[in-house]
Amino acid sequence: MTQHFLPKQQLQLLIDCLRAEGYGVIGPKVKDDAIVFEELADATELPYGIEEDSAPGRYQLKKARHKRAFAFNTGPQGLKPFLFAPEQELWRAEHTDDGLIFRQSFPAIRPLAFIGLRACDLAALALQDKHFAEGPYPDPSYQAKRQQLFIVAVNCSRSASTCFCVSTGDGPSAESGFDLCLDELDRGYLINVGSDKGQRIADKLGLEAASGAKRAVATRQHQRAVQQQERQMPDEKTLMTLVDKLDDQRWQDIAERCLACGNCTSVCPTCFCSKQESHSDIKGQASSQVRLWDSCFSEQHSYIVGKVIRNEISQRYRQWVLHKLANWQLQYGRSGCVGCGRCIAWCPVAIDLVEEARALCLGDKP
Amino acid sequence: MAKLRVAIHKLTSCSGCQLAILNQGAQLLDLLEDIDIVHFIEGGLYEPDASVDLALIEGSVTTPEDLQRLQHARSNSKLLVSIGACATSGGVQALRNMQDERAWKQAIYAKPEFIDTLANSTPIKAHAKVDFELWGCPITIEQLNNLIRQLRFGTLPIDNKEKLCMECKRRQQVCVMVTRQAPCLGPVTRTACGALCPAFGRACYGCFGPSEQPNGKSLGKRFAGLGLMPAQIAQRFASIHSQSPDFNEQYHHWQALDPKLSEEDKQ
Ligand code: SF4
Ligand code: SF4
Ligand code: SF4
Ligand code: SF4
Repeated sequence: MTQHFLPKQQLQLLIDCLRAEGYGVIGPKVKDDAIVFEELADATELPYGIEEDSAPGRYQLKKARHKRAFAFNTGPQGLKPFLFAPEQELWRAEHTDDGLIFRQSFPAIRPLAFIGLRACDLAALALQDKHFAEGPYPDPSYQAKRQQLFIVAVNCSRSASTCFCVSTGDGPSAESGFDLCLDELDRGYLINVGSDKGQRIADKLGLEAASGAKRAVATRQHQRAVQQQERQMPDEKTLMTLVDKLDDQRWQDIAERCLACGNCTSVCPTCFCSKQESHSDIKGQASSQVRLWDSCFSEQHSYIVGKVIRNEISQRYRQWVLHKLANWQLQYGRSGCVGCGRCIAWCPVAIDLVEEARALCLGDKP
Repeated sequence: MAKLRVAIHKLTSCSGCQLAILNQGAQLLDLLEDIDIVHFIEGGLYEPDASVDLALIEGSVTTPEDLQRLQHARSNSKLLVSIGACATSGGVQALRNMQDERAWKQAIYAKPEFIDTLANSTPIKAHAKVDFELWGCPITIEQLNNLIRQLRFGTLPIDNKEKLCMECKRRQQVCVMVTRQAPCLGPVTRTACGALCPAFGRACYGCFGPSEQPNGKSLGKRFAGLGLMPAQIAQRFASIHSQSPDFNEQYHHWQALDPKLSEEDKQ
């Protein structure tokens, strides 16, 4: 694949080209002490010189000495909330003069281009695609949003302390699933093209070919990010042994710490569970059926015919780990964990999924 | 369909929950197509002994008179719903249950003998059968309207005990416990406010009371790890719902660990 070079000050040109093609451009910004994805007005809004310090139960932004825009690794979101909305109306029922009418609801959808997604985000997207778009009951609004998506990925030049994508085989560099992919250097970006859509944009940028020296820097950055990762998720075969550990004492130990708050499943870019509620207007004339993010840590998630099946926190944590790490393999052909580390950083009580998985599968003493 | 006859009674409380009725704006007109309010002092209607379909009780029982009025309300009404923290768990004023009430009275009032109170501030359910509870300090307009709507449909609302964190995350708020080490009660608190405090960068105070499966023990330990002293953790759990068993247990646990307490106090 030929690599091209885009000088740093021309990043705005990329944004302008995407906009000219009709895309709303979404990128990383600093908001409320975290990196979040929002509509970008221009390139100056990017988080230049910002990195995150993450640890179990902790996420803090800090100023770095460099002035790079993509030196952070992840924020709490990823792509998930944009494609699988936390709250979405599915259909409405209304009393009208012609009787009761049911109507399917469809969110307003416009083409979006995301800048700054990582290899783990793309791996998670592939899994969400399997669930929402490629299964026997596809979600039409997900499919529609997915089809018009343009992805500018960025390879990670460093790893946060919670990252472990190397051990899951999902990062730190993106190999496919993008339209364009950047390696950020001090003076600009190496660009790889991953699709025809991406080529069309690249053609408009008037790119020069990247020198061997620049490519060597990108390779060294990749190696550094690989070496920085300390956590290692056990391999998939080992993870399958979890299904034989339903009575392990460790589930009880975890339950003493776990709040069953659902923060881990909410930030997890691959979790897809939802519940539905019907919201009536005050007069009882119209009712809206709403789909909301749910979690296997919630009581109602296992409420079936008048009974909560998983009442204990130990059972709920076990459900999350067994589904995510083992049973996903039967369901989707691979583990549901892409190594992004979000569930570790955003767990309010600092429970570390990798540590727990290793303790359960390998007998590691944390 | 005949309208629901509703009485709104106020026991010991700040009247804030009753505002969920008055603050509806134009929507109040819609609501009044479904209900007939027959007793509501804050709204200028006084008929305390009327028979009704639904009695909404705000406030806790702290005086002999409160108790009497509650008993009347119960016998005059088909359904009784407690609204707000005071009615559901005793409220902020129940903090006195854990203090020497007599000493406070003497310190504050010039003529304490005029103050006629019961020993404790207690929730409605301690004295009367309660058909449904709306938690919150104060309750929201949505909770109240949903109750009325569901009753009109012929059922009670779903008792949503989900944890606040779920709503906080749905709204894509950044977690203040993780970024700011703020002692947030969201993981043990019922949803309903829409994660109001985290939206303003603040830790949840627990206004809506304990959620399902509240692991207060673990959360309290986490607060200690974030640098809070035992007395601060005790206060966090005590402030609004000190008499709900789950929060009360944490209050006593952490209060007993307060090094400032003399050995005598701890007993
Ligand atoms: S389980 Fe945790 S580390 Fe794995 S993909 Fe989900 S949030 Fe990321
Ligand atoms: S791990 Fe839990 S929340 Fe995530 S997809 Fe599985 S059951 Fe749903
Ligand atoms: S593991 Fe952490 S984030 Fe997940 S439910 Fe338990 S306490 Fe919450
Ligand atoms: S800010 Fe509070 S309510 Fe929100 S996710 Fe964090 S702990 Fe839960």
